[in-house]
Amino acid sequence: MTGPKKVLIFGAASSIVYETAKLFAGDGASLFLCARDDEALKRISADLQVRGAEDVGVMTFDAMDEGSIERAVKEALVKFPDIDCMLIGHGTLPDQSVCESDIAEMRKAIEINFTSVAVILTHVSEHFRKLGRGSIVVISSVAGDRGRQSNYVYGSAKSALTTFLAGLRQRLSKSGVNILTIKPGFVDTPMTSDYKKGLLFVGPDVIARGIYKAIIKKKNTVYLPWFWWWIMFIIRNIPERIFNKIKL
Amino acid sequence: MSGRLFESWGRYPKVKHLGELVPGSPGSAGELIMSTSSTVLPRGLGRSYGDSCLNENGYLVSTKYLNRFKSFDPASGTLRCEAGVTLDEIVRVFIPKGWFLPVTPGTKFVTVGGAIANDIHGKNHHKAGTFCNNVLQFELLRSDGTSTICSKESNSEMFRATIGGLGLTGMILWAEISLIPVKGPYIEMDSIKFNSFDEFFEISKESARDFEYTVSWLDCIYAGDEIRGIFMRGNHSSRQESNPDKIVHKSGAWKTFPIDAPPFLLSTATIKLFNTLYYNKQKGKSKSSTVHYNPFFYPLDNINHWNRMYGKRGFLQWQCAVPSTDDNAAIKKIIGGIKKSRLGSFLVVLKEFGDIPPLGMLSFPMPGITLAVDFPNVGKKLFTLLDELDDIIVNYGGRIYPAKDARMVNRTFRSSFSDIDIFSEYVDPKFSSSFYRRTGEVK
Repeated sequence: MTGPKKVLIFGAASSIVYETAKLFAGDGASLFLCARDDEALKRISADLQVRGAEDVGVMTFDAMDEGSIERAVKEALVKFPDIDCMLIGHGTLPDQSVCESDIAEMRKAIEINFTSVAVILTHVSEHFRKLGRGSIVVISSVAGDRGRQSNYVYGSAKSALTTFLAGLRQRLSKSGVNILTIKPGFVDTPMTSDYKKGLLFVGPDVIARGIYKAIIKKKNTVYLPWFWWWIMFIIRNIPERIFNKIKL
Repeated sequence: MSGRLFESWGRYPKVKHLGELVPGSPGSAGELIMSTSSTVLPRGLGRSYGDSCLNENGYLVSTKYLNRFKSFDPASGTLRCEAGVTLDEIVRVFIPKGWFLPVTPGTKFVTVGGAIANDIHGKNHHKAGTFCNNVLQFELLRSDGTSTICSKESNSEMFRATIGGLGLTGMILWAEISLIPVKGPYIEMDSIKFNSFDEFFEISKESARDFEYTVSWLDCIYAGDEIRGIFMRGNHSSRQESNPDKIVHKSGAWKTFPIDAPPFLLSTATIKLFNTLYYNKQKGKSKSSTVHYNPFFYPLDNINHWNRMYGKRGFLQWQCAVPSTDDNAAIKKIIGGIKKSRLGSFLVVLKEFGDIPPLGMLSFPMPGITLAVDFPNVGKKLFTLLDELDDIIVNYGGRIYPAKDARMVNRTFRSSFSDIDIFSEYVDPKFSSSFYRRTGEVK
């Protein structure tokens, strides 16, 4: 059993997305890669071709610029009209303490992590519905499961994203398009380079293998690694009066 | 001084660093290196055994995100990739396409940058030379922010200094290597028992012509004046494999050595028992089989953290190369000394190098014989023994391998590498390592 054959990717330079794209490339898939940074795109595009990607298209986009998103989606669908998978994984981990007083930073965190993804999904959902197949895979986060003082701005953007995806899933359920929500826990990537790495951290390749498997199995929502389901189950169910007294 | 503790594969020594610089791309490495006034040392997977991958009170510069392939030419087998790409990654991507590494060490868990900086060798040294005999060119970044392409033709002296240069001449950003074509993932292997030095040399001579890969395991506890061991030799098999799961064994190790082992695990008695069992596992004098490349080249890679087997104090590996003589007096003295000390473990490897000259000023292989021995770190007794062994090697015009070393004295290093003074002119002023400060400076 192999993965998708024509994939549109947003946030190609993110470690988790790149590791997943490596698995697609190994299957000989064709990829259309979008990322902010041109140098990163060139590196990844060359890399994925060496790994076996049949055809690779690239385009830069800025998550804060709706026009650039629209251009990227259009270009990709012209190049690969028979797309069978879409993977969205761009994002930013804002400094929570800055977001608590800086309106612009707070807004930016929400726009990059939620609004821009919703824009992309709105652009592609109709195309997928007409095709009547394929997977739309979006990287959300366990942080969206409950607001916590340590990162509720990021968390609320991811929470909105998870909710958006749930609705989109219901809307497209009859058309045969699978919507897959990925909720990774702690991942050792440049995004978390300032964090002290505890036992719960895993490499982006571990998450990527989980995503790949979930696509093939047409899952709806997966926690990666699996034990995060249990951790978040507990965190979600801590009564508010206790929750408010603990550091988390 | 506060800081972050780093160790190497031998887990001795453990030293404090200011920290680790982690460039996200080759393009950002220069700026990061220039941003500090302290010394820096590039580091891949830290699989050197001693302190050549450590930089006490300075920074390490990780190549973990310099891990992209750049191009591959299926007509010639030329692969260009960034310095942090691991041999594991190359094997997993290219074995299914019918290509293999031109030279591989006993572990896949090293980076291309590290392979060049230590000019590593493998079981096919007598046929293919060292890793860098198969490197076409690389880009080297210096601490002033400039970078140059180095090859045999251009910047050839910097090329020769960087090969085996222990990361001291600058940071390798990417390199171009020649892969070799193979039919499939299998090796046709013979293993032959030997019971004497003469027999070892006889099999080795006879095998060098027809076998791409040769190596021997040696029982260093075995009593008596002679030696015993198992000679392994092999060639790439023409047998093909269509099942993708069998071409590349599932990535990641399937076992992890869970804890630091207690000291009794590696007592002389247990090693003696292991060696006897291992030697006698093979019933006949010789045996032929077809094996996957993983157990043939990388028998220990399946156990994560096998270095924990040696306990908290870690271990030292000692590897020498010494020119061949008619009576092979040097290697006999060395093995005799190790046997008498009863300090060695079961990981003992003996191989005859070929005479393809390596390119680096500090490349380790030389025509002759090489011996690698793991020693649990039992302290002073061991260090005294290793000093004695070093002296024998120096007397016979041999070398000690810096990638494995944590304790040789300055004099031994200088006598091992006669080009050391020329080399020192190419060392980047901002690059340094614990090893080089210990051995490289004239005292």
